[in-house]
Amino acid sequence: MSQFAFVNDLKSAVRMDEPITNGPAPRWMKKSVESTSSSSNTSRNKISTSGSFSGHMKLSKETIDLMAAKRTPSKTPKKSKSPASRSASNTPAKPKTPGGDRFIPSRMSTNFDMSHFKMNQENENLDLSPTQADYRKAMSENLHGCDINNVRVLSYQNKAPAPPEGYQNALKVVYSQSKTPMNVRGNTRYIPHAPDRILDAPEIVDDYYLNLIDWSFSNILAVALGTSVYLWNADTGAIDQLLDLEGADYITSLSWIPNGHLLAVGTSLGPVQLWDVSQTKRLRIMNSHSSRVGAMSWNNHILTTGSRNGQLVHNDVRHREHIITIIQSHTQEVCGLKWSTDGRYLASGGNDNLLNVYSGLPGQTTYHSEPIYSFSQHQAAVKALDWCPWQTNVLASGGGTADRTIRFWNCNNGQCINSVNANSQVCAILWSKTYRELVSAHGFANNQLTIWKYPSLTKVAELTGHTNRILNLAMSPDGSTVLSAGADETLRMWKCFLPDPNKKKEKEKRSSRPTLLGPGLR
Amino acid sequence: MATKQQSQNAITLKGSAKLVMDYLNFGINSILFQRGIYPPESFKTEEHFGLSILVSTDEKIQQFLTPVLSQMKDWLLEQKIQKLSMVVSNVTNKEVMERWDFKVQYEGSNDSNPDSIGNKELSTIQKEIRDVLRQICSTVSFLPLLDCPCAFDLQIYTKPDVEVPQEWAETAPSYIANSQELQLRSFSTSLHRMDTVVSYKADF
Repeated sequence: MSQFAFVNDLKSAVRMDEPITNGPAPRWMKKSVESTSSSSNTSRNKISTSGSFSGHMKLSKETIDLMAAKRTPSKTPKKSKSPASRSASNTPAKPKTPGGDRFIPSRMSTNFDMSHFKMNQENENLDLSPTQADYRKAMSENLHGCDINNVRVLSYQNKAPAPPEGYQNALKVVYSQSKTPMNVRGNTRYIPHAPDRILDAPEIVDDYYLNLIDWSFSNILAVALGTSVYLWNADTGAIDQLLDLEGADYITSLSWIPNGHLLAVGTSLGPVQLWDVSQTKRLRIMNSHSSRVGAMSWNNHILTTGSRNGQLVHNDVRHREHIITIIQSHTQEVCGLKWSTDGRYLASGGNDNLLNVYSGLPGQTTYHSEPIYSFSQHQAAVKALDWCPWQTNVLASGGGTADRTIRFWNCNNGQCINSVNANSQVCAILWSKTYRELVSAHGFANNQLTIWKYPSLTKVAELTGHTNRILNLAMSPDGSTVLSAGADETLRMWKCFLPDPNKKKEKEKRSSRPTLLGPGLR
Repeated sequence: MATKQQSQNAITLKGSAKLVMDYLNFGINSILFQRGIYPPESFKTEEHFGLSILVSTDEKIQQFLTPVLSQMKDWLLEQKIQKLSMVVSNVTNKEVMERWDFKVQYEGSNDSNPDSIGNKELSTIQKEIRDVLRQICSTVSFLPLLDCPCAFDLQIYTKPDVEVPQEWAETAPSYIANSQELQLRSFSTSLHRMDTVVSYKADF
């Protein structure tokens, strides 16, 4: 029957000269179509519904009614009536073109029985069995300490402030104070665990931010004790007083020029004095800073000084107008400052927990005032800094009490290569010239020096002896001895990097004194 | 003579509530200090109950604590409070790290008669409070380190018929997954009894 309707429709659509029949089909025709298709549809629907979730007779009847309703033609005849009516009669449940703007919900996919059940069930939800209610109560009492249904939990809406940005729980130190286990593997070399020599250092200023000792290439150790600078000749053991400041001024930093006899002396009032030690003569005073100069480092004729207000100044000591560049990249006191051995990088560490690296070139006259890298990974002041002697782009840095880690940086790409937790504030770091090792100096709780293998970062030895934190480290020019200045007013010398006896002969050949023809002042 | 003696040793309901609030105030402040929730620079020492207690000088913290405690005092007098929870939670992910519960029990007569009088000596009560405060300080030695920026909040568990002022709102109770509990000492003013319990995240 439906095929005929389709053929008729087709014919009427093709023939244009016939009287109009492609409007809505005549009523009697639709009636007959409906009666036949609905009878066939009943059975089809039955199968489909029973195939799904519920085989209720009621449901299938409903859907049939619905489908009948859907099939009523829309009042406004459409142009594409013929294919539409055909498809409607074939698959009445899903008309391909749903009637106009009407919303026809697809009841097939809705399970009314289930929804009805769910809606009614909600009201009965609270009627738990007595055991269940008891169980809930017990659970609530366990969790909250009281029956939560009889309680209101109130809180004041103006909340307490969060702790300040960047604040770290200072108790961390209290919690992590155990001696870390040493490397289990035996060491191949002997390291004396007692100091080779102990010197008195009365009135050494116990201040983490100062750099009070330095050891020159000509084997003269300069030590700042309060207001005076003393020189200790390591060859002869002779002690000379170089200078003594007046008034409330005291010495805050010392730095030997590499391969020379010039000693820069930083003071608490700001002026930096330059001394020629071979003649015991003051050469000049440079007023670069208005606050104390806690860190200095030489790069040929450039003396870089860092002060309490965070300022770094490159001074050309040969010029009358000595200030080349002023760098203001730290907001707090600069306590660590070191030029790399090849003069390509300058590292500065400050009390603002920043470690900045600047680029430089040997012999250049202008310097960038912006750091190429600014590392903020340290959680405390960065004082301990040293450049690796065999990998010139590797920098080791150590943080203060709240940080207690030693980090290694590749300054070619600005990445942190490695880090190790030292479990104690790191006051100074020195790389060994003899071995692939470095030594770090620590404060509370053991006041020890720790020797680390690099790059494995295993502990080689821990040298204890200081009764108060270590302030600074210096290395003898031959690299065999490390000197530590402690806040317990002692200087201890540790022969921890003695060359291997087997290699000694080889070493001796090479250890002819460096010539004095190195880059001098002019 | 006997009655005079009685009144000397007596503690009124208001006085008892004040003692409880003092205890809570100093307890909360010393927890804030001892647990390192705020920088130690922002605390100053004060002498209370014969102890030097570190009290926060941060105005914002005080602006939070003062109204909460004064409101609590009112509720305490009406016997509406069941407990106070001090919740220490991680600032970044809101995870509850620690919870200090101060549970109140009402002793003596059941009605909230403002004239009810306790019969415990003030010095004894203060000694008991001092012992609890000392214990709070000593908890640092075993509580796990709060190794993240933490904030705290106070949640008050009240009876359902309490009048709630505008600045207050209901919240969900907070609990700690996999927690350990420790009951500290308790003290009693003979009108209020205070139990202090700390729950903390058990170590992994």
